[in-house]
Amino acid sequence: MNDIDINTKNNDSDSVGDIDSSSSRGWAKLKRNKAALVGGIFLLIYIVCAFGAPVLFWGNPSAPDLINSLSPPCAKYLLGTDELGRSILGRILYGSRVSLMIAVGVVGVGLLFGVPVGLISGYFGGKTDFIIQRFTDMLLAFPGFLLALALVAILGVGLKNTVISIGISMIPIYIRLVRGCVLTVREEVYVEAARASGTKDRHIILRHILPNVLAPIIVQTSLGMGTAILFAAGLGFLGIGVQPPTPEWGSMLGSARAYMMGKPHVATFPGIAIFLAVLSFNLLGDGLRDAFDPRSKI
Amino acid sequence: MKAGMAPLLSIVGLKTSFHTLDGTITAVNGVDFDVYPGETLGLVGESGCGKSVTALSVLRLLNPSMTTIHGQVNFDGKNLLSLDPEEMRMIRGGTISMIFQEPMTSLNPILTVGEQISESLRLHEKLGRKKAWEKAIQMLEIVQIPSPELRVGEYPHKLSGGMRQRVMIAMALSCNPRLIFADEPTTALDVTIQAQIIRLLEHLKKGSNTSIVLITHDLGVVAQMASRVVVMYAGRVVEEAPVVELFHDARHPYTKGLLKSVPVLGGDKKTRLNEIPGIVPNLLHMPKGCSFHPRCSMTMDICKKESPSMIHFNKNRRVACWLATDDF
Amino acid sequence: MINFLLKRLLAIIPVLLGITLLLFFMLRMLPGDPAQVLAGQMASPQDVEMIRTQLGLDQPVYIQYASFLNRLVHLDLGLSARTQNPVIQEIWARLPNTILLSLCAITMACVFGIPAGIIAAVRPYSWVDYLVTIASLFGISMPVFWLGIMLMIVFSMTLQWLPAGGIGTWKHLILPTVTLASFVVAFIARMTRSSMLEVLSQDYVTTARSKGLKENLIIIKHALKNALIPIITVVGLQFGLLLGGAVLTETVFAWPGLGRLIVDSILARDYAVIQGSILIFGLLYTLVNLVVDLIYAFVDPRIRYE
Repeated sequence: MNDIDINTKNNDSDSVGDIDSSSSRGWAKLKRNKAALVGGIFLLIYIVCAFGAPVLFWGNPSAPDLINSLSPPCAKYLLGTDELGRSILGRILYGSRVSLMIAVGVVGVGLLFGVPVGLISGYFGGKTDFIIQRFTDMLLAFPGFLLALALVAILGVGLKNTVISIGISMIPIYIRLVRGCVLTVREEVYVEAARASGTKDRHIILRHILPNVLAPIIVQTSLGMGTAILFAAGLGFLGIGVQPPTPEWGSMLGSARAYMMGKPHVATFPGIAIFLAVLSFNLLGDGLRDAFDPRSKI
Repeated sequence: MKAGMAPLLSIVGLKTSFHTLDGTITAVNGVDFDVYPGETLGLVGESGCGKSVTALSVLRLLNPSMTTIHGQVNFDGKNLLSLDPEEMRMIRGGTISMIFQEPMTSLNPILTVGEQISESLRLHEKLGRKKAWEKAIQMLEIVQIPSPELRVGEYPHKLSGGMRQRVMIAMALSCNPRLIFADEPTTALDVTIQAQIIRLLEHLKKGSNTSIVLITHDLGVVAQMASRVVVMYAGRVVEEAPVVELFHDARHPYTKGLLKSVPVLGGDKKTRLNEIPGIVPNLLHMPKGCSFHPRCSMTMDICKKESPSMIHFNKNRRVACWLATDDF
Repeated sequence: MINFLLKRLLAIIPVLLGITLLLFFMLRMLPGDPAQVLAGQMASPQDVEMIRTQLGLDQPVYIQYASFLNRLVHLDLGLSARTQNPVIQEIWARLPNTILLSLCAITMACVFGIPAGIIAAVRPYSWVDYLVTIASLFGISMPVFWLGIMLMIVFSMTLQWLPAGGIGTWKHLILPTVTLASFVVAFIARMTRSSMLEVLSQDYVTTARSKGLKENLIIIKHALKNALIPIITVVGLQFGLLLGGAVLTETVFAWPGLGRLIVDSILARDYAVIQGSILIFGLLYTLVNLVVDLIYAFVDPRIRYE
């Protein structure tokens, strides 16, 4: 057992020169991972829906058709209509644009602030690190969704504020993640060597450290998009996220609640859309982790 | 060995393969050797040659869903490989026990030393909780741990590496096994501690009829403890000889290389094998012919084509090398 | 052990200060006059003035913060603009419901999640493992509020087995608990599986096998105890998600808890209540993580003896 271990370890030891070969190994592993494949296919469908909504659905998803309100699925309305007679299929398709926009925006905010701050915190250590860590402690003292709620309470409702609120609630997660990775990479011989030979800090961070913390960041980005969709739908459901008439999955569910008694389809389909979108990011994230970042858990 | 004595353990044609994503790796490929009652057998080779896997195969400690084991492991008239899992379980730790290489990771961090020793006593010797605990203290005393009655209640992280290896030895000895596999018992330790552990093992060996299979890459340790040596390379036995003969008259070029790389007999430094050029071949891509030929200084044409068969000179001497035929 | 406890207790102080600081500035980040904000849109100018002098809003910021802390210590969180009741009273009325729901959910999550994870890890790549893996992946991908609605449609409206909402008997507790626990069950199962898989490949597990111990004993005594250490941390962190999920679950099932209170207050712009209830959630979460640290120390002798 020990003997075999030694051989396999030699193959993917992570010195600088090995980054390329280990990432190509990762791609090979990713392709073999059926879960990631399924996730990738779902994600592709999701993106096609988001970009192709006007092509896939002719007509206005916000146009009411009161005569046909709360119609169950039929030939004209494949997934039925909501309380104003709007096509649920159309609103789900257009809703995929909104949720994809939110997911990208939220993760963008998280990455934009979280990654640089995490790099600085982990690389420089000392007082900078201490202050940044106390700040993240403060943000992490609130459960993520509640932090987003509190921020929405301050900023107000709407698409932009939903993105900012959830984005801010994700920043500390990225800071922690990146900082933790930097701390381990910082002690590697090649970083020590670069520092000893007088390489500029900025150069060391960008050329030596960032490439080595990329894998966990990518994994977290995929999983984070799923969380962002869930959070945004949650805010929409509570009526404090994206506001109607913008078609948003969460708010569709929120208004469907009043009619679920006799018309369960109104609440069923938007929920399935959220579920599949989140599932695709989770499947992909799991696959990416198994392939590129096998050491980390969850 | 002594004429007419039946071997305690007899391994015949042992072949162990691992199924990995990259393909099937045959870590042990047709290994045979005997272990006689009361003797210490050295099983020698570089890391990756399959010596640990041999021991783990005998005890059936490898994950059955990822490995296949062929051949026979005859112990006490039974083939261990065909025993049902429950029978095998009762042999492990009772009649055959094992000492592992890494004392730092081989003890459970959240159980006390006493608990870890006494649980096998409760299982195999059917002792009560209190009796087993007392025996555990006794065992710590036997492996020369100072103030055993205090140490018995401590957790492994409080002990030094040498102490932990003593605990491992106490654990392995606790149920009076007839055979112990000691897998690199000193490799992970400091030089001075290594000597102490070897001395302890020798001391314990004297008073008992237990056989030891000493797995090591350190020929110094072998010279000190073993009476007979089996040399392995890339999953096969390449040479076997009584220890004195091996040191004076090694036949296989690999064994010769190993011997040359020992700094001083009974050396004071970890053995480095850098006198043999090259590295152990990747088990996925074994060279054709004799697996040692790419590193051998005396390669002939035939070595690249066919792998040599074992030549037995007498009961205790054999070698698998094309050169060996000419010698005798 | 005592050192560890003290260290943990001391580490909480900056976190608590951080929580209060954040909430203190939350109100002041809002556009407009904080006194007006706290009093609510409908308040008369006299009420606004009263709040201004009461809270010392004409004083410098650091004095305002000090008096904010002082009022906190005396459990004075101000008045609700909506009901004119003291905020603390509003919170007290709902907090027990939220705690009851959360405890039921976390208990259920552990009772189902941990064994599921163990079974999956012990037989990796078997059908049980696939079942647990897929079910837990579904669990973490499902929006809790949607699950709640679906359960309600099935069990309350169609089958009429369980009440659709409100509070009262143990039957009222079932659907909200299942809904809230779903995510955490899934998460704990995943975590337990990966933690167990890692522990089962450790050297000391091979040692235990080499002693001939029964496989069940190895799993429970040698592996699970070690695997639990990271799981405990996760359960603590998951409690945060649980509290977030409680907001949604309480809304779905009309469960009169703190989460509902926050949502209602956000919709009504009742900032004193928002501030107070988020503060309580933050404290609750910090407290849970402290308890987790203590359990941690209890399980892991390496911490206990430091």
